[in-house]
Amino acid sequence: MKFGIYPGCSLTGSARDYNESVFALAEAFGLEFTQVPDWNCCGATAAHNLNKELSLALPARILALAEKNGLEEIIVPCAACYSRLVVTRHELKKDPELKNRISEVIEMDYRGTSKILNVIEWIDKYITPKLDEKLVKPFNYKVACYYGCLLVRPNKVLGYDRAEDPQTMDIVMRKIGAETIDYPSKTECCGAGLSISRTDIVSKLSGKIIEDAEHRGADAIIVACPMCHSNLDMRRPDINKYWKTDFKIPVLFVTQAIGLAIGLSPEKVGLKRHFVEVKIS
Amino acid sequence: MAHSEHHTENNSLASNIEKSVEVKAQKCYQCGKCSAGCPVADEMDFPPSMVMRLLQTETPENDEKILRSHSIWLCVTCEMCLSRCPMEIDIPSMMDFLRQKSRSEKKVNKKAKNIIAFHKSFLNSIRFTGRLYELGLILDYKRQSLNMTQDISLAPKMISRGKLHFIPTIIKGTAQIGRIFKKTSN
Repeated sequence: MKFGIYPGCSLTGSARDYNESVFALAEAFGLEFTQVPDWNCCGATAAHNLNKELSLALPARILALAEKNGLEEIIVPCAACYSRLVVTRHELKKDPELKNRISEVIEMDYRGTSKILNVIEWIDKYITPKLDEKLVKPFNYKVACYYGCLLVRPNKVLGYDRAEDPQTMDIVMRKIGAETIDYPSKTECCGAGLSISRTDIVSKLSGKIIEDAEHRGADAIIVACPMCHSNLDMRRPDINKYWKTDFKIPVLFVTQAIGLAIGLSPEKVGLKRHFVEVKIS
Repeated sequence: MAHSEHHTENNSLASNIEKSVEVKAQKCYQCGKCSAGCPVADEMDFPPSMVMRLLQTETPENDEKILRSHSIWLCVTCEMCLSRCPMEIDIPSMMDFLRQKSRSEKKVNKKAKNIIAFHKSFLNSIRFTGRLYELGLILDYKRQSLNMTQDISLAPKMISRGKLHFIPTIIKGTAQIGRIFKKTSN
């Protein structure tokens, strides 16, 4: 089956490692993606902070392009893009007048028919059923699954997993052999879009999450969002400076961990692009 | 509900919020769960529950305090407050509204300068190419914020890991994106 993918901007740049691992998994499981043709940025935090209408129009163009090209299902690996797309579909569904206005703005018909999957939903649907037969190298590590904000919130709109103590990523990780720890920072915010404008706040918040995971004996933090990854991994020198410490725990995308467990090389899943060295393989 | 009916003539911030984003500040009973869960509450001049209380007073002085606050720009839209609010008050949507009103009334808090510069650089980038061009964003942000030395050590490490591109990707629908920006400019 062919399904659509909306990679989003991060996956073409600072989160190339995530992109590589998603595509490597798809290839290993014989799944084929069609990129949403000529996709644009979802607008992220900047758009909804400064201009509500723009923050709906940008994701609506992406969804309209997916529909136009017959993509009934699109996987959105970035949790932030995922949240913006689902929120837009929700807003336009409850307000037909707004939907018409946005259709006019994007110069395209928009019906809201494409199904949007986050990366865990995609794994559950297409990877998990065939996981056992492909598992060659169980991921025998203790991990802290970190969901952050946008994979689970706004929970009433996304309707995905539990808002306070989500489990879906933990279940996937246990399937590949990991031991998952219980810890309270699972859905705390890493500081998100303040990474460049208020690096101090991001260092503080991300450091708390890392400390929590490390303190409870985790060997790795597992994420499903490029923003969480860049704040916990790329910002590690800032975090260590802020907390006057030397946190060494690596941060892996869930797709990288699965890739290793089915025997893909660290290079193939992008582990060499991390800032914090990953001694797991 | 009864409260806002008594104030049908008023132009308070609370009634503007209710009209524009259907969020009723008067529902808040000050349990404080939003402020307890807010990751940036300790950085704020008014934590979220206090913003709610100021709104409820519906006085021009307090409305002014909110629009000029640093809080509305520090909010990272993590959605924790909404997730935990027993009255399901959509504080994140309200914050988006307050940020836009604060800008349109030129009441932006000076301390939020860099946060806004970043958002503007981000939108500038997608306006002209359709996608976020990370190197362009960083350079434009430096120009706007005048933080020339910040993250200077990060760039070479990103380049060596293939995470920073020198050439932006320009989508075919760039003109259309330009028109979307134009039609939604407020």
